[in-house]
Amino acid sequence: MTSVLGNVSLKFSDEQSMLMDVARGFLNDKAPTDKIREFLESDEGYEPTLWSEIVDLGWTGIALPESVGGAGLGISAVIPVAEAMGHALLGTPLLDATLAGQLLLRAGGAAQEPLLEEIAAGRIATVAFLDGGDWGGANLGLTIAQDGVLNGSKTFVGCGQEASLFLVVGQCDNAPAIAIVDKADLEPGAVSVNTLIDLTKRTAQIDFTGVRAQTVLTGEPVVAAIRDYRLLGALLTAAEAAGSAARCLAVIVDYLKTRKQFGKLIGSYQALKHPTVDIYCGVEDARSFCYHAAALLGDDPLSHDAEIACRMAKVSAGQTMSYAGDRAVQFHGGIGFTWDCDSTLFIRRGQWSHQVFGDAIHHRKRLASLLLD
Amino acid sequence: MAESKETLKAFQADVAAWMKEHVPADPGFLLPLSFLEVGTEQQLDFLRAWQHKVWEAGFLGMHWPTEYGGQGADPAYQGVVDRELARFNAPIMFNTIGLGWTGPLLLEMGTDAEKSKYLKHILSGDEIWCQGFSEPDHGSDLGAVQTKAVRDGDEYVINGSKIWTTLGNYADHMILLARTDPTAERKYDGLSFFLSPMKVAGVDAVPIRKVTGEYGFNQVFFTDTRIPADTLMVGEGKGWGVAMKTLEYERGVTAGQATGHWMVAIEIDDLINDLRGFERDGAPVFDDPAVRDEAVGLIMEAKALSLSARRMGVPALTSDFPMGLPLSSKYRGTEWSRRMKLFGAAMQGAQGALYVEDPNAHRGGFWQRAYFSNFGATIGGGTSQVQANIIAEHVLGLPK
Repeated sequence: MTSVLGNVSLKFSDEQSMLMDVARGFLNDKAPTDKIREFLESDEGYEPTLWSEIVDLGWTGIALPESVGGAGLGISAVIPVAEAMGHALLGTPLLDATLAGQLLLRAGGAAQEPLLEEIAAGRIATVAFLDGGDWGGANLGLTIAQDGVLNGSKTFVGCGQEASLFLVVGQCDNAPAIAIVDKADLEPGAVSVNTLIDLTKRTAQIDFTGVRAQTVLTGEPVVAAIRDYRLLGALLTAAEAAGSAARCLAVIVDYLKTRKQFGKLIGSYQALKHPTVDIYCGVEDARSFCYHAAALLGDDPLSHDAEIACRMAKVSAGQTMSYAGDRAVQFHGGIGFTWDCDSTLFIRRGQWSHQVFGDAIHHRKRLASLLLD
Repeated sequence: MAESKETLKAFQADVAAWMKEHVPADPGFLLPLSFLEVGTEQQLDFLRAWQHKVWEAGFLGMHWPTEYGGQGADPAYQGVVDRELARFNAPIMFNTIGLGWTGPLLLEMGTDAEKSKYLKHILSGDEIWCQGFSEPDHGSDLGAVQTKAVRDGDEYVINGSKIWTTLGNYADHMILLARTDPTAERKYDGLSFFLSPMKVAGVDAVPIRKVTGEYGFNQVFFTDTRIPADTLMVGEGKGWGVAMKTLEYERGVTAGQATGHWMVAIEIDDLINDLRGFERDGAPVFDDPAVRDEAVGLIMEAKALSLSARRMGVPALTSDFPMGLPLSSKYRGTEWSRRMKLFGAAMQGAQGALYVEDPNAHRGGFWQRAYFSNFGATIGGGTSQVQANIIAEHVLGLPK
């Protein structure tokens, strides 16, 4: 009889290891906390020069095939980079562009190589998926007419302001479809920026009504690609959240080792120690799930085991980050309640990571069917 | 010497064939879930005979030297045997304190005389070992041990009391931590470690009944007990180091155990498969969304534990907290196990009110008993709360 634990493989390639070292080193150097604070004040949420450096490092092409100028390492090699980005609390369009690349690659294949080349070379692409606030819905409310003209709007579009290429999920002839839209074709005033809880992130609501798509993708690969986009989005978010939670843990531990109250370092109190240990254990679990999931991914449609792994990673990392941010504010006491304390950044990241691509209840509900039925 | 896959595979087939023939049928009385619960003569005789049989077959102490009753083979062979013992649901190897802790300790730190005197009888099950570390007033704080050992000629005179002494009422020997120098500046320097005989005058073992209703633990009283001075191990005042080494074996941080088969392993699949037979609201229990959600949580925890065991073998993924995963595995594993067994008991509806010995209790009250019994794991060897302190201090660097 097979075990309900299913696949428990875990591999970590030399490429992943190298990317982890490079990403950690680069971000320690280029995105220290005071810089992150500066980025928050900008419209983009990052420095354009920093983005150019990231593109030069080849990170926008890690998961794309060599035929389009990518590194051909697959999406699993992006996990350590996403984790390092989360650790630095650095936004940038990297995750949005990576996911857009995956959706286009999986839905469009070879015919889309010119656009994939541009994405690998740093063109900011993003997926317009959500109709509203329900990650569990089909989100096919936007319609694409036979002539390629769109009707409807999308919200929480990652980097909606900065992106120049949109993959818009909707329906065409009552079937799921993806419209490829160039920013130049949007109506003036079509983009309205969301004010987000996570100060490092940028999204927008975009009205696509009346816009004509450059291309419309339909058919079986589109259905699978949209499903996989949602799972890979959950996984990249999980990796990012695992990194943020590890950083949050370090900040908490640092404070607990230096702050004195009642004549003692507050880290000596078990009431603070034990929840901190729970955060630590959560970080370890989240990382285990992320790298387990990474071991099960390729360019093919995600397997049953990979789906389970992505969902578990998201549950684990989302909950851990949300809890870590919550406790970071509390454990910093009065100062933790202030805007200038870094715990502010973490609790806000926690609330972001928790919901994006589906919260823990969303994924546990689906895991129940995958594991128990 | 690393053994080839083929050799081990052939050996595994031999072991499996032997198990198939020799693993005893259900004896018709309750067997303990672990070595901590051997509470009747009937259980003791049965388990002692079984261990003897496994040793005679050449399947115990696979990597202990042949001159001391072992097989002188690669440790991988014991791994094979242990997996087969578990796979065949074989009764446990009950003499754990000898097989798992004292034996490896003697092999590492003992004299030739000590090895010759004790090791073979540990394997054969002829001589049972118990451990005298914890005291009534010092559960998790081992450094504060108060039982006294005073040198008198060729003997030490022991006075004091030890508690939670597994197998204490049956044991022939005790690994005993006692205070030889109450005036030592550091409390640790006043401790000494003895291989103390139990069947001598002045030793009284009083069985303690547990929350499960079973026995297994004892409180042991020493009253002017005279033991030979040559049972002192390493040297006077060196007891703390020996005790710490023993705990490494106990906690599985260091290998060398003659077997690891000392408890009935209860896995997540046992739970999920078993619960499928229950109903709730007139429908299968797993139709209930709340039950499903809790079950998913437990499966995820089990998977995380399994993955973290694998991650320990990937240095690049453990470099942030190198000791983190090993030092947290007891805390995580035993707490998860407790919650899982509680869930097994709690999902039975009114049936969950029945206990061991009730003829209608589901599987003889298996989950109820397992849940209670599991507190031995979340308390023994350092409570979960102490484990959390250890992780906080040694992994995260938080102050004491």
